[in-house]
Amino acid sequence: MFGKLNWSAIPIDQPIPMIASGVVALVILGVLAWVVLAGHLPYLWREWITSVDHKRIGVMYTLLAMVMLLRGFSDALMMRSQQAVAFQSQGYLPPEHYNQIFSAHGTIMIFFVAMPFVIGLMNLVVPLQLGVRDVAFPTLNSVGFWLTATGALLVNISLVVGEFARTGWLPYPPLSGLTYSPGVGVDYYLWALQISGVGTLVAGINLVTTVLKLRTRGMTYLRMPMFCWTTLASSLLIVAAFPILTATLAMLILDRYFGFHFFTNEAGGNVMMFMNLIWAWGHPEVYILVLPAFGIFSEVVSTFSGKPLFGYRSMVLATMAICVISFMVWLHHFFTMGAGPYVNAIFGIASMIIAVPTGVKIYNWLFTMYGGRVRFDTPMLWAIGFMVTFILGGLTGVLVAVPPADFLLHNSLFLVAHFHNVIIGGVLFGAFAGYAYWFPKAFGFRLHEGLGKAAFWCWLIGFYVAFMPLYALGFLGMTRRMQHYDVPEWRPWLLIAGVGAVIILIGIIFQIMQLTVSIHRREELRDRTGDPWDGRSLEWATASPPPVFNFAIPPDVTGEDAYWSLKAHAKQQGLEKRELDYKDIEMPRNSPTGFVCAFFATIMGFALIWHIWWMVAAGVIGAFATFVAFAWRDHDEYVIAAKEVARIDRANIEERRALTSLAGA
Amino acid sequence: MSDQALEQHRIDLAPGDEGEGGVGLRVLGYVTGLGLALLLTATSFFVAGTDLVWQPSIPVAIIVLAIAQMGVHLVFFLHITTGPDNTNNVMALAFGVLIVFLVIGGSLWIMANLNQNMMPMDQIMQMQR
Repeated sequence: MFGKLNWSAIPIDQPIPMIASGVVALVILGVLAWVVLAGHLPYLWREWITSVDHKRIGVMYTLLAMVMLLRGFSDALMMRSQQAVAFQSQGYLPPEHYNQIFSAHGTIMIFFVAMPFVIGLMNLVVPLQLGVRDVAFPTLNSVGFWLTATGALLVNISLVVGEFARTGWLPYPPLSGLTYSPGVGVDYYLWALQISGVGTLVAGINLVTTVLKLRTRGMTYLRMPMFCWTTLASSLLIVAAFPILTATLAMLILDRYFGFHFFTNEAGGNVMMFMNLIWAWGHPEVYILVLPAFGIFSEVVSTFSGKPLFGYRSMVLATMAICVISFMVWLHHFFTMGAGPYVNAIFGIASMIIAVPTGVKIYNWLFTMYGGRVRFDTPMLWAIGFMVTFILGGLTGVLVAVPPADFLLHNSLFLVAHFHNVIIGGVLFGAFAGYAYWFPKAFGFRLHEGLGKAAFWCWLIGFYVAFMPLYALGFLGMTRRMQHYDVPEWRPWLLIAGVGAVIILIGIIFQIMQLTVSIHRREELRDRTGDPWDGRSLEWATASPPPVFNFAIPPDVTGEDAYWSLKAHAKQQGLEKRELDYKDIEMPRNSPTGFVCAFFATIMGFALIWHIWWMVAAGVIGAFATFVAFAWRDHDEYVIAAKEVARIDRANIEERRALTSLAGA
Repeated sequence: MSDQALEQHRIDLAPGDEGEGGVGLRVLGYVTGLGLALLLTATSFFVAGTDLVWQPSIPVAIIVLAIAQMGVHLVFFLHITTGPDNTNNVMALAFGVLIVFLVIGGSLWIMANLNQNMMPMDQIMQMQR
């Protein structure tokens, strides 16, 4: 009846996961109880859960990323503390639990923190920057988000029911095969990623179509803000690379569920093929994450230097070059697998070549700042912190791209330090810069500056204290994923790294405080102009938060930095007094399709993990029925009357006018 | 981009969208495509079994016929043209072909190279027994 599922799946005898999941369950129940008792449920259902508005979906993606960041970071704290105490002893985490923690940490941080964070920011900002009313496929967008949330939910369920994979964040066979991983851990990993992978693919298709097909009048390709270009490149990579991941994991699923022999040692299987295929996805994946971050930094650096981006066209070219070259370097993740010198040398050289367009970008940002009047607000601090940190991470990357050096450093903590250096210093700092930069646009009030700066300094210092020792440990020969060790020389470095993790923890506490304090003082932090940073692109041309239709009248673009030239024009000519010609606006109706689909996908995923076949059928039929019901819908749009549009827009214009005349006086 | 290019972009067609032309013209297009596809399929089956041509040329002939088959599908069924209304589709196709070439070609090269330097896995397993 319930497949492999029985009461022994719940780890009652292990205090740490029980306490952790108990706390999480209490928090979730508390939030749910508050939502229901305070009567917020209808509002949440109407305005958020069923919303197809790209801004709301973007915010929900970002929220998911931040919640999962807390989960992934608590895993990191446990690993750091385990390695700090596990010198010539077993520490406090038994090996099978420790292995689950490092696997969950990597999986969560990449798939459920970094991915939703960048996709959320792209969703929120790109249609506004392009001057359009929504993404190309609004309901599909909602489906994509909820499927990603399903994946995150399945990973968290594994904390309470059963176990998570013990294989590392990429489940290399034969360890992940049925022989060596007979439990449900790897199955949790596989189905969480298959389901959320569909969501990511859908988001990628949606964003590619949006950038290619939905630009406002006059917004030609070479007038798009840099963030739209990097979104295009990143989404192209999603569309090209995620099918490889899906296919590879599907083959592993066939091996585990139906006794196939893709990645086994017997019957003609080849485990090397798994490493090859997973990295053919895995390397583009790191550029999927970091390209949007590059776009955010381009926007931030240009805005806070008060200058147009230096070398815009070279930046576009560098972005698209990275987009293609990222598919030519994947072997550098397994130089030591046994390929000959020709193969290793060519992939090594390609890996060094991809550093060139990245270098071009760094110089462009530096020259954008040069001669500008730089304002050191929080987003700009993240951008400068990124430049310093990312150059360091990039240089160690070029070092491990040299095959002979890689033979010494492979799987050592040097490698761990390198990729945290580029992912924290690049992707995460970029996401935080975007969060601070676009928060006022999404909610209509700024984040508290002082606490934001405190969080930044804790993160920056904490990062260096936590990860520079890992470079040293790599040279001392310490490999990654060690549950305990006997080498006295390693101990001091691991203790320092533990201190670094605590400093980062303080940074995260500052970020939580920043959010709560900002919500409390939202009246004094209110942004009434819609343009708190003196911005340059079109998202600042509308109110904060933007009305559901974004722009009452689609803006006309005549050059790069569209909003900047509009402002310059208004300063010269005075504000337009001409009566605007408002028209009725058609907007897509909200739809529960995404949420219902994801509900059934969750049931299906859970049932597949535990081999409960009748429940799998129920989930599949439910999801398909939802799809059919959506395809047969009659009314998918509603009309906002021209009068209503005019009322909302005039109020916004009046408010802006009052503020600009105040500033003038 | 000039205003003219912008206007062209506006009428950019998705694969399967029909711009102009009546039903008859469209049906004719699909029938031509079907005829060509059948002809190419039949030819490849014929070539595979025949001894009328020089034997070593048969694999090459089948590859050529397969590529022609892809061309027929792209032109008659997916409506890829060289017209200015089709730029996005052609670019998408080119990007897709490039990625497929890189990933499949690269994988074949890498895996072949592994087997040159190492014994195939089943032989290693046999040695361990």
